[in-house]
Amino acid sequence: MSAELNDGQHHLTAGPEEGQSRRDFLVQGSKTAASIGIAALLGNLGHWALSYAADKEPVKIGVLHSLSGTMAISEVSLRDTVLMAVEEINAKGGVMGRQIKPVVVDPASNWDLFAEKAKQLLLQDKVAVVFGCWTSVSRKSVLPVFEKNNGLLFYPVQYEGEECSRNVFYTGAAVNQQAVPAVEYLMSKEGGGYKKFYLLGTDYVYPRTTNKILRAMLLAKKVPEANIMEEYTPFHHQDYQTIVGKIKKFAAGGGAAVISTINGDSNVPFYKEFANQGLRAEDAPIMAFSVAEDELRGMDTTTLVGHLAAWNYYQSVDTPQNKKFVADFKAYCKKNNLPDGEKRVTDDPIEAAYFGVHVWKQAVEKAGALEVDAVRKAVYGQKFLAPGGEIMMDTGNHHTHKPVLIGEILKDGQFKVVSRSKGLVKPEPWSEYTNPEKGCDWTSHQGTYQKP
Amino acid sequence: MRQAAMVWAVILCLAQAGTSALAADSSAQPVIMPLEQALTQITSEDDTVRDTALAAVIQQGDATLLPRLDEIRAGAERPIRLAIKPVMDLIRNRSNLDDPASHVRRSAATDLGTSGRVVAIPWLEAAAAKEDKKWVRYTMQEAAALLKLSLNDQASKLEAIDTLGALSSQNGVPALQEMMTAGRASNSTDAQKELAKRSSAAIERIETWGAWSNAIETIFRGISLSSILLIMSVGLAIVFGLMGVINMAHGELMMVGAYATFLTQELFKSLLPPAMFDYYFAFALPVAFVLAALSGLILEATVIRFLYGRPLETMLATWGVSLVLMQAARVYFGDLTAVVAPGWLSGGQQVMVGVFFPNNRLFIIALSIICVLGIYGLLFRSNLGLRVRAVTQNRNMSACLGIPTRKVDAYTFAFGSGLAGIAGWALTLIGNVEPGLGQNYIVDSFMVVVTGGVGKLAGTIVAALGIGGLNKVLEPSLGAVYGKVCILVLVILFLQWRPSGLFAIKGRHADS
Repeated sequence: MSAELNDGQHHLTAGPEEGQSRRDFLVQGSKTAASIGIAALLGNLGHWALSYAADKEPVKIGVLHSLSGTMAISEVSLRDTVLMAVEEINAKGGVMGRQIKPVVVDPASNWDLFAEKAKQLLLQDKVAVVFGCWTSVSRKSVLPVFEKNNGLLFYPVQYEGEECSRNVFYTGAAVNQQAVPAVEYLMSKEGGGYKKFYLLGTDYVYPRTTNKILRAMLLAKKVPEANIMEEYTPFHHQDYQTIVGKIKKFAAGGGAAVISTINGDSNVPFYKEFANQGLRAEDAPIMAFSVAEDELRGMDTTTLVGHLAAWNYYQSVDTPQNKKFVADFKAYCKKNNLPDGEKRVTDDPIEAAYFGVHVWKQAVEKAGALEVDAVRKAVYGQKFLAPGGEIMMDTGNHHTHKPVLIGEILKDGQFKVVSRSKGLVKPEPWSEYTNPEKGCDWTSHQGTYQKP
Repeated sequence: MRQAAMVWAVILCLAQAGTSALAADSSAQPVIMPLEQALTQITSEDDTVRDTALAAVIQQGDATLLPRLDEIRAGAERPIRLAIKPVMDLIRNRSNLDDPASHVRRSAATDLGTSGRVVAIPWLEAAAAKEDKKWVRYTMQEAAALLKLSLNDQASKLEAIDTLGALSSQNGVPALQEMMTAGRASNSTDAQKELAKRSSAAIERIETWGAWSNAIETIFRGISLSSILLIMSVGLAIVFGLMGVINMAHGELMMVGAYATFLTQELFKSLLPPAMFDYYFAFALPVAFVLAALSGLILEATVIRFLYGRPLETMLATWGVSLVLMQAARVYFGDLTAVVAPGWLSGGQQVMVGVFFPNNRLFIIALSIICVLGIYGLLFRSNLGLRVRAVTQNRNMSACLGIPTRKVDAYTFAFGSGLAGIAGWALTLIGNVEPGLGQNYIVDSFMVVVTGGVGKLAGTIVAALGIGGLNKVLEPSLGAVYGKVCILVLVILFLQWRPSGLFAIKGRHADS
């Protein structure tokens, strides 16, 4: 269930199992409730009220994560994390001596609703910052809203890159902080020296863009065209017989690995079929970019053991601040009677959502103001001791310097780190393999620029 | 037994070392260093000293040495760690060749075959000689042949090429292709040319069998997918086909069956000893059937009963029910539930070289056959079936003849729902248990029923076979996405040609 589940329930090649339009049909009704006039009225009122407000008024922040619909499984945890971080900060006196007041909305896994709710947060609730989104399509749909109204969004999930917005901070990984190092690891002697790669994904923007970059990278590294296979399946695909059969043939003689950007509920039938056809992780390991602890919580992990994943953080990372973070999160879930309470786990997007809140708080205190432009500049170069180790915000490209960790899936749904990058990896929103001429910088350029 | 094998292996090793056929591997050491001395030297900075020591460890080490090696490795520098790891794998796999579990022996053989370490050839040959399981022996022979390809001796190479050809080994293809390329090069020696010639003959053999095995596997996949489609559709064929009720909540009734299976599993986990766990799946079958049938009964009594003969309203109402059920599942179970397949349904059967049938799919194929036979028995060989057919053909006439039509309606609907529950139970073997489970399958089920011809069970069976088989024939060349699109287009075209499906009911439709 990666960064990108279910982007676009209406991609062109929707299979017959896409019974989603029914659900969209329902939401049509709720759309009519879009309160344009009310928003304008409240906006005025709010403005008037704000000028009247005392310094000790609470600071409002927005939380824009789906609490219902297909994405709820992943996004609810992020809402919990943001609220926990807010509680922590408030307990220590808040931000600039003011308490933080979260405004939680539910965009219900509906991409259009994301834009509407974002508008509501910015214009009606007048929040200082928004923490939210998971899928790329939801991010793309709120992007114009944030840019037009000069809002600020912290986006916590790894994604396909090729974006450089002035109003978004990306605390998840860019492709060069997850997919590229993962494949480099597989090619290295230590990772097994794999020579053949089967790129398998769900059919939409994130896997296709990621695989485009990976293919360019493999060709640049002199992997022959014949040793790269690329294949996509529709959303909710359940029958992986043919594909696993192909992988079996492709992996004959050894030296092959599978790079999986399969997403959501297709992962289970894929791993099951892989194991049932007698393939082992030793024959062809599956390196996944969409499987993290939170999704493994309820999965039957027997078929996944020994396969790999690439993230910037795992719950098993052994640092004192991480032990505390995991314990705090479990305690928070238990205290608030959230489902699964104590049994809840942390994972990469959860960590990224968590330190995003703290980075914002530090930036506000550094800037001494809540104005988006002042805060934005204060975020540049900001450092924070995150649960997984110290991270640093880039000085210009709005992404995050993070470590890269390759992990092996264990029986209990946790990961054992098998390889770790040396220090932090600098984020490259534009990949050197597909867009070597492009860069992203908001300090000395205006966003995306052409490298000389 | 094992001792003897080890001694035998060492003797063989030494004999081979004598012929210096092992030059490809650094373990060709006429004098073997004592083990303790070797262990102290494997962390040496000097490459030659280290390699000699490692070779000695390989010669004399066994599984008991692994913890010690692990300790040494943990404290070593990265290049040394990288050098020790393959040696550990080698020793581990060597001892695994004698493991009592056949899949462990087979895994070990596979790993040794791809390790590129010719020192393992005698181990594999010795293990193959005393192996009684056919496919494990096959893997051992194949692994030995793969390793022999890298020996420096022409006769062994030729023998290995022929062996790989005779074994129809797909795993040998990449190495054989390399030999062919080497033989085609302008500066190739006569020996290389000969190897290339034999390799090409071997590849031809392998590919011919590969095409056959592929065809067999494709047919199996088609049947397997068809049986899944069939299991999903039989319930719908009864509810929609015989009763004319468009039940949009049919998928959610499958979901009920799947969650019933999940609940049964959880009960077994918490109440019974672990030894009993594998039996939960059999217990879950009646539970899934009964729960889904009860849900169907309630649905029929509260919603559908009032809407007979009004397909549009039925569709809307049942769709509402499906949304309610889906969200209820999300609220009560969340998205994080999994059913662990019982031991006897994981893994699979190797039937021929390169042909592997997963157990869960064999099981579902058998189940679909049993379901169909059961339905036929019930509908055409029982009193209840006679009444059901009478009511579906002419409700008023049946009522005049004293058949309790209301009851028959309710039972028929419950039975169809129960079958959906069985489908949900079986589907837990394939995918995940989640609130959206029904949504993934409902469209396919309707497609099968409509293509087959509404009201004809035989049509449903033929349509499931046709759609499943065609899908698997098209998928390898078109890919999963376009394969699916293609099937949909074909179904649409087919329905243009025969609007009432494959097996249309002849004459005037009784209930129109």
